[in-house]
Amino acid sequence: MTTVSGLSVTEPIPAVWAKGLVKQFGALRAVDGIDFSIRPGLCFGFLGPNGAGKTTTLKMLLGLVDFDEGELCLLGESLPGAARAIRARVGLVPQADNLDPDFTVRENLFMYARFFGLSRTDVAERVDALLVFSELTTKADAKVETLSGGMKRRLIIARSLINDPEIVVLDEPTTGLDPQVRHMIWARLAELRARGVTLILTTHYMEEAERLCDELVVMDHGRILDQGSPKALIQKHVESDVIELRGEVSDGLFTMLRSMSAHTERQGTAVYVYTHAPAPILEFLGEDTGLTIIHRRAGLEDVFLRLTGRGLRE
Amino acid sequence: MKRSIWALPRLRLAAFALLERNFLVWRKLIGPAIVLNFGEPLIYLLGLGLGLGQLVGTVGGLPYLTFLASGVVASSAMTTVSFEGMYSVFTRMVPQKTYDAIMASPLDIDDIVLGETIWAAIKGLISAIAIMVVAAFLGAVSGGWMALWALPIVFLMGLTFAGPAIVMSAVAGSYDFFNYYFVLVVTPMFMLSGVFFPLDHFPPALLLAVQFLPLIHAVDLIRPLIVGQPLTHVGLHLAVLSGYALLGYYLAVVFVRRRLWV
Repeated sequence: MTTVSGLSVTEPIPAVWAKGLVKQFGALRAVDGIDFSIRPGLCFGFLGPNGAGKTTTLKMLLGLVDFDEGELCLLGESLPGAARAIRARVGLVPQADNLDPDFTVRENLFMYARFFGLSRTDVAERVDALLVFSELTTKADAKVETLSGGMKRRLIIARSLINDPEIVVLDEPTTGLDPQVRHMIWARLAELRARGVTLILTTHYMEEAERLCDELVVMDHGRILDQGSPKALIQKHVESDVIELRGEVSDGLFTMLRSMSAHTERQGTAVYVYTHAPAPILEFLGEDTGLTIIHRRAGLEDVFLRLTGRGLRE
Repeated sequence: MKRSIWALPRLRLAAFALLERNFLVWRKLIGPAIVLNFGEPLIYLLGLGLGLGQLVGTVGGLPYLTFLASGVVASSAMTTVSFEGMYSVFTRMVPQKTYDAIMASPLDIDDIVLGETIWAAIKGLISAIAIMVVAAFLGAVSGGWMALWALPIVFLMGLTFAGPAIVMSAVAGSYDFFNYYFVLVVTPMFMLSGVFFPLDHFPPALLLAVQFLPLIHAVDLIRPLIVGQPLTHVGLHLAVLSGYALLGYYLAVVFVRRRLWV
């Protein structure tokens, strides 16, 4: 179980503070008693396989999902009582495209501002700035349905900023996008973080989490398995190096590798050897020619698989 | 701690943001909207009023065209509101996910449903105005300027019919589901509320039963105002329409919460 990390009286009010959150869907405990605290101005990630409870947790932050037990505060106000006040200060980037297809890019931004009670003149400058921010200025008067998937996602991110939020919640912000768009979005998110906006995101992409997140939690089956910075989690849960072997690895060789390393596992025709001392193993393997051998630093993906297992989630 | 879908909705001005959205979309599609609003009643009134009117002569002392036009103002408002509350609301609620986007703003379902209810009533009002204009050109508005008093009644009946239609959207799996409501509710009401023929010849039991239909009360207010006859039972008619409107709005909020809340 986790503890609220590094929280002491001298620190500012957390952007988000959760204790003992539970969400029950019938017999399923989608969120099963989680505690976390998010410091303002950081990028905080929720990692976990499908069905881990990430999206449910994010929706709770905006009061879009009820919780059955626990306490949840955002920006010093508690849910669900202050949900409307909290939503006025938070932006949401949902997983699904829910842009208004009857409006142009610019009209989508103006109209969304109206739902926050902001007047058109109030946000005129902000709309222009957001069009620049999301590189959609040339598409400002295009209908939403003519946009590509990447453009729509950029517009949804721009839309989430229309109320100048202190916290932006992003549910898998780059899923299904090509690398160019993904990198552009990462750069924009880093820009927001540099401006002091608290970012909270879920993702399946370990590279995304490693790049963006100051701190993250790994969730599975509605529980938090561990939390910390990407670096700390890697150090804590896996060895520094991974040697991946592809091809037919005999049982004899597998046993040998297991005795030489800290942790070895087989997945189909691949074998993963985790170790702090790769040199002797590589030297030993040098004689065996039939295999493809890849040596790399251990990453968040290894932590993720170690904590949540390699079984498929449907 | 838990929200209850049965909680009483709060009425807030924030709902006007949704009205603004719907108006802006409507304005983009104004061409086809006007053809529908003016074209359809014109054909109806010319075909039925003049054609059938030749055979019928007068009804309750009124030329048939006049009798029909005043009823069609009410029934057309009902149909327009029902269409808006079902097809349009369903589109925004389900495939388009417009409400999901709005719910991430400070607005609640209370506000969304209030905005949709008022918007549906406004669309009913627009269709009623179009019919009254057409009817006036055909000489079928004998109440003079007093006929304009029918418009607030049309707006009220719009609120009355919006709620049940939104409830249908909230329980519908697909657009086909709305056939049930049209065939079982809207069309019978159309036929049994004195739009096309007076109800004098109904057996007393049936006459009593149809008094539970809101459209009858709308027709009983709107027709005298348009043709210039004295109003009767005004309080009763207004009470029935308002009662259905409040209950409909409340149930619409409850059912939309049931659908969209997790």
